[in-house]
Amino acid sequence: MVLPRARGLVAVARAAQGRRRVDSAEGCPSPEPASRRAALYVHWPYCEKRCSYCNFNKYVARGGVHEAALRHCLVTEASTLLRLSGVRRVESVFFGGGTPSLASPHTVATILEAVAKAAHLPVDAEVTLEANPTSAPGSRLVEFGAAGVNRLSIGLQSLDDAELQLLGRTHSARDGLRTLAAARRLFPGRVSADLMFGLPAQRLGPWLGQLRELLRHCDDHLSLYQLSLERGTALFTRVQRGAVPGPDPELAAAMYAEGRSLLRAAGFRQYEVSSFARHGALSTHNWTYWQCGQYLGVGPGAHGRFVPQASGGHTREARIQTLEPDNWMKEVMLFSHGTRKRIPLGELELLEEVLVMGLRTDVGITHQHWQQFEPQLTLWDVFGASEEVKGLQERGLLVLDHRGLRCSWEGLAVLDSLLLTLLPRLQEVWQQRSPRPEPGG
Amino acid sequence: MWTLTGRSCWHRRVLLSCATGPARPQLPRFRPAASHGDAAGSWASDRLCSSAGHKEKPDTSRFAVEDIRNFSIIAHVDHGKSTLADRLLELTGTIDKTKNNKQVLDKLQVERERGITVKAQTASLFYNFEGKEYLLNLIDTPGHVDFSYEVSRSLSACQGVLLVVDANEGIQAQTVANFFLAFEAQLSVIPVINKIDLKNADPERVEKQIEKVFDIPSNDCIKISAKLGTNVEHVLQAVIERIPPPKVHRKNPLRALVFDSTFDQYRGVIANVALFDGVVSKGDKIVSAHTQKTYEVNEVGVLNPNEQPTLKLYAGQVGYLIAGMKDVTEAQIGDTLYLHNHPVEPLPGFKSAKPMVFAGMYPIDQSEYNNLKSAIEKLTLNDSSVTVHRDSSLALGAGWRLGFLGLLHMEVFNQRLEQEYNTSVVLTTPTVPYKAVLSSAKLIKEYREKEITIINPAQFPDKSKVAEYLEPLVLGTIITPDEYTGKIMVLCQARRAVQKHLIFIDQNRVMLKYLFPLNEIVVDFYDSLKSLSSGYASFDYEDAGYQTAELVKMDILLNGNIVEELVTIVHKDKAYSVGKTICERLKDSLPRQLFEIAIQAAIGNKIIARETVKAYRKNVLAKCYGGDITRKMKLLKRQTEGKKKLRKIGNIEVPKDAFIKVLKTQSNK
Repeated sequence: MVLPRARGLVAVARAAQGRRRVDSAEGCPSPEPASRRAALYVHWPYCEKRCSYCNFNKYVARGGVHEAALRHCLVTEASTLLRLSGVRRVESVFFGGGTPSLASPHTVATILEAVAKAAHLPVDAEVTLEANPTSAPGSRLVEFGAAGVNRLSIGLQSLDDAELQLLGRTHSARDGLRTLAAARRLFPGRVSADLMFGLPAQRLGPWLGQLRELLRHCDDHLSLYQLSLERGTALFTRVQRGAVPGPDPELAAAMYAEGRSLLRAAGFRQYEVSSFARHGALSTHNWTYWQCGQYLGVGPGAHGRFVPQASGGHTREARIQTLEPDNWMKEVMLFSHGTRKRIPLGELELLEEVLVMGLRTDVGITHQHWQQFEPQLTLWDVFGASEEVKGLQERGLLVLDHRGLRCSWEGLAVLDSLLLTLLPRLQEVWQQRSPRPEPGG
Repeated sequence: MWTLTGRSCWHRRVLLSCATGPARPQLPRFRPAASHGDAAGSWASDRLCSSAGHKEKPDTSRFAVEDIRNFSIIAHVDHGKSTLADRLLELTGTIDKTKNNKQVLDKLQVERERGITVKAQTASLFYNFEGKEYLLNLIDTPGHVDFSYEVSRSLSACQGVLLVVDANEGIQAQTVANFFLAFEAQLSVIPVINKIDLKNADPERVEKQIEKVFDIPSNDCIKISAKLGTNVEHVLQAVIERIPPPKVHRKNPLRALVFDSTFDQYRGVIANVALFDGVVSKGDKIVSAHTQKTYEVNEVGVLNPNEQPTLKLYAGQVGYLIAGMKDVTEAQIGDTLYLHNHPVEPLPGFKSAKPMVFAGMYPIDQSEYNNLKSAIEKLTLNDSSVTVHRDSSLALGAGWRLGFLGLLHMEVFNQRLEQEYNTSVVLTTPTVPYKAVLSSAKLIKEYREKEITIINPAQFPDKSKVAEYLEPLVLGTIITPDEYTGKIMVLCQARRAVQKHLIFIDQNRVMLKYLFPLNEIVVDFYDSLKSLSSGYASFDYEDAGYQTAELVKMDILLNGNIVEELVTIVHKDKAYSVGKTICERLKDSLPRQLFEIAIQAAIGNKIIARETVKAYRKNVLAKCYGGDITRKMKLLKRQTEGKKKLRKIGNIEVPKDAFIKVLKTQSNK
């Protein structure tokens, strides 16, 4: 099936208006069962320049990227994995990186066409592209829209030029705002911007000033990310050497607290630890991760989680593609995919992921959602009788009620600590549960 | 002095393979002096067997009492005691002259690494002087005040000492302490000024110091270089000329003093003996004056320095004796052995070693408990001065409270456990043996004595039941270049010390004597002294009884709950600073939790110090998308595993190492 992808600006805007709004965890039920649906992540591994804080799987290509070959491989792997998974409907596509806005719109279009050929890709499916302000001037954004992209996530990171320089970004604050404005014109209501906090030497007041300024320019989606200083990055080395002060966790905590309050007052819903949306502009694609839906990862180092139904599998697998782009390409050319690692997820492991990911969201884990993964043990069975869980509830960090299990406003900020109580409890109850009837027996 | 080479790093040192303990395979009879696999590993004997290989079983009867000299070498650490011993062994043909003779008598790895002698060793030297053959018994002594007990028991078998002083450093604190031990034992003292080959050597200055401090005429000093062998021959001659032979009688019935003992897995207790009267040989039935037990002698011999069997040992000689004793406690140091049916007046016995420092010792992991138990048992077989009480702590599990002669003794014990038995332990901050004079009749009945010794802070009796508390004192000697005197006096005052004495031992060196509460010096006094004197000051101390002290028990509380393992006994004047330090250290080692933690130091109901660990405000990973899940789950799994190892105090989760960091001796930093 060839997708009748609209070309041109007008069509982009029309497609954007016809977008599906996600207002709660239980959006419109899809005609396909969950096992036949998936989100698709496509990894573009190249960047113009290494950012000082980034330890992601990305490469600065010397002598230019051989884009045609890469495109061909991405298409091949996407088709292979779609076939293997038995997925009939692709709910969302996300082009991440690296810097996928460095890819040509033609590549994006080709991949989307291939996806649409292998599975049903609804016209209104969310197709997001991560865009870097310098590599995505307005004219190029038009072309991406024409290629089928209908949502942009802009790596703004900061509105302070000194900070941008510290982070090793290639753009200025003005570039960022200009790109944001162009994106909003093209994809109204479908643009997200990232803002970082907890940077070395960053102060609370000026940062809140940045956030307020961003609120004057932004669209309906924002992500706030705390800098985590990763080993092996240039910034880490500079902090180690004492050239730059280390991030202050206390101050970062204050920024997070003040920032989320400010966004709440501005009408944004914090639907996940670092994601904020108004007018229902949640990211469908990311929501799938947090709800433990299936997703396919295409491209070097991409991760996926799905049941390989075409090969007769019944168990969900965690899959990792070969990391390094050249090796990955070789493998795709030889085997039609570059899957390097397949780890079958046990029932308990999957439940642990449901817990860890679900609690990141504001709705948390509803009873209904939990039941889809574990029909026998209810959330009450698992957590209802635990004194420690009660302690967390009494301290106002956690809620277990008729809707399900979720973090309170305060609890969300310390989720990792809550999980250290919840995970062992789940493991304990799981081990004590009555033995399951043999399948078919 | 616990000075010691490599002090800062020995805890981290990789264990060597000679960790098999004091196992000593059965040695062949009429064997060469040493064989492989000897006490402290084969390296100790490699050097020895070549030289002794040709020796016949010596007939010691040919030495008349007048031809015997028993002597020790005493010195401050690093002044060259062991090097001089090496040269004496070479000169007398006891060992071959090779480049490898370094600290021959220091058999333990810890001794060689630290350049100290821990365990006394004995060697019989045969030396021809002016046509006459002499038997010279060298009894090597430990080089630290912690072991002054060992020194004194070695000295009791001697008639004279070589007092070795470094020509560059001059008299140090330990030189003084050692001199007075010898002086009190009324031994002849031969001053030996060593290291005259060094560039900065100033033997004349040292001669003057010796004259001033010890009242020994400067022309009595022998100036040598033990390293190069310069004038070492003179030392042997002086031993013969200036040290009297033992005053003993061969005709009298046997009277032998046990001055040391070691335990051999295969042969049982090997007692080092000095014969004051009579003769002993294989097959004799002997009696221990202390236990009244009778034994049959299986073997006698001399030490050169390894055991070499002889037919007999005669009055005036020093050697060893094996008589089927199975436990070192059967061969008490200071005991007198005599022949069955020929009882004698026992020689004046020694005070038994008195532990000055106590510390909890726990396996790092409780699964290691039994291994550690057997290692401690084996090690204490050879070191009867360590006292062992079982103990347990909520945080650290089952373990022991061990008593040591001093801090170095404790460190050496720990190091030997690590090196010879391949075990790692948690050692708590050392405490000293406080005493309490009870006033409550009920308690006196319970303890069956009025004055009790408290070695574990948990047993500290309440003030209402106590007439007074007592703390142990030591008399400390500090020798320092005078430019540091001011700073040192400030340090001593801060340690509640009282100055007793101050003299200039030469134009720019001062000797200070202070009465210290022992607990003020056990942990870090020496480190402080060394750092404020750029390493130049030396320190030594001796037991000086007890004094009344206002002691209090200090509790450490976490959100109001007492942490049992951190209960501390402190002097009232020090309570605030000690409490503050413990709270600060805990603050640094307690991880943040979901709520605030108040760390408090309290005496009774009075809070004297407080620190706060703030609650987490944010503890969640900012990003978690598809590619992050696997890593995130792994991290959480590791963290939940770690959480299982936490100890709960109230609802506070405390990692084990948090207390360990607070409890551990800080010298290991």
